[in-house]
Amino acid sequence: MNNLLFTHDAVMQALDRMAEHIQSAHGKSDAPICLIGIHTGGANVADALQTRLEQAGATVMRGNLDISFYRDDLDLNGPHPQIHSSDLSFDINNQPLWLIDDVLFTGRTIRAAMGELFDFGRPESISLVVLLDRGGRELPIQADFSGLYHQPESKQQSIKLLAHADHWTIIEQPRSLA
Amino acid sequence: MKLQHLFGIAQLNKEQIHYLINMGDAFIELSKRPIKKAPTLRGKTIINLFFENSTRTRTSFEIAGKRLSADVINISASTSATSKGETLLDTAQTLAAMQPHVLVIRHSLAGTCEFLAEHLRETAIVNAGDGAHEHPTQILTDLLTLKHSIGDVAGKTMTIVGDISHSRVARSHLLAAKILGYHVRVVAPKTLLPSKVENYGCEVFHDFDAAIAGSDILYMLRVQTERLTSNCCFPSIREYHEAYGLNKKRLARANADCVVMHPGPMNRGVEIASDIADGAHSRILNQVEHGVAVRMAVLTAMCDLRFNAHDLPSNPDKRGTL
Repeated sequence: MNNLLFTHDAVMQALDRMAEHIQSAHGKSDAPICLIGIHTGGANVADALQTRLEQAGATVMRGNLDISFYRDDLDLNGPHPQIHSSDLSFDINNQPLWLIDDVLFTGRTIRAAMGELFDFGRPESISLVVLLDRGGRELPIQADFSGLYHQPESKQQSIKLLAHADHWTIIEQPRSLA
Repeated sequence: MKLQHLFGIAQLNKEQIHYLINMGDAFIELSKRPIKKAPTLRGKTIINLFFENSTRTRTSFEIAGKRLSADVINISASTSATSKGETLLDTAQTLAAMQPHVLVIRHSLAGTCEFLAEHLRETAIVNAGDGAHEHPTQILTDLLTLKHSIGDVAGKTMTIVGDISHSRVARSHLLAAKILGYHVRVVAPKTLLPSKVENYGCEVFHDFDAAIAGSDILYMLRVQTERLTSNCCFPSIREYHEAYGLNKKRLARANADCVVMHPGPMNRGVEIASDIADGAHSRILNQVEHGVAVRMAVLTAMCDLRFNAHDLPSNPDKRGTL
């Protein structure tokens, strides 16, 4: 029932493209690049981007957000059983931020994440980079850069990044199995 | 079992306790932000109905609710209609008719919350201390502090010293110890121990010095002088401190990494020496900090009527379409 959408190589190449995009958009500035991952998939992607950017000589500041308490469906679904703390140890005021997630779907996660970020301060800008854009937006939110695209036939399909130690793949499966 | 109300630790199973502690853990960070506010409970109304004096518990609930964007109303007995002769049930039903989501109640009589829950069907009730019965948010707070200080409590030894018979926190720990697998020693003069306390499965000591060796946690209770003066069961303050106060000499005989806790408010120089209260072993202020986080978790769970640890998805990715 699990359908392999993207192989390890394809995911790695997508991460390379994402890192290149961030670096070229950041320009030659000496200022650190601020990457903020959304738990849990986005945090893994942000880690992978940090490694690539640091190898290319950039300085990176990392933070993670858990948007559990900012979700608009808390009444319907309740808090997630495995909640992490948000971890933003640097001052985001007047910083250009890169918000990182694994799969972009309805846009509600991103809306919640932006709401949470503004509770930490007023960033200069927020740009969104995602590993995979699966379409199906319910809000006027778009990524500034997407590593991969795949639009499933149905909203009931679940698309997941499986980030095992050194083997990353993206699979598609019916939501009932997810 | 669905958690619609929180009466006591005894109603929870291990999974539900861990769920609430872990959610509280995630909330600690919120109180350290420059803007201490999340929208989690936006549009929810919480009424703190306190028939007994309380500063820290009421403030803690109020801050917890407000930091999660709930509307919080405080009512204390002196300002409520009960002082004009209204019954407890009428007061509670009147407030419930204003459609709050949660009533947080402290009362001097054990069982108040269960009694009200039978009559108020739409409102979630949280026990903020009922007589000498239970104080569930205090013990969840203690357990979160212990998670940070010593990790898993299973197999650890907690020595609770002081006025056990008047302490709802002590009782909650005796009940939680069975669920979570830690050992409790209670230490007090006979006059401050409930009869048959050993039936809870704890060890009973009258000599603090005999109980202290091997303790991982020293839990000091306040001498509730306001409840004691009328009885003849209490020696002088000075004599009590000599026999049951925690000082440097005694602490040295506990385990080296022993943590010292106190649910507050404490009487320095009575149950605990000042240098211990402020010392490296003390987790007393951590307890206060974690209390806000745990109450955020409890209020969130109360406002989420779907909360049920048995139904929690085992697969962490099984969330909504968010």
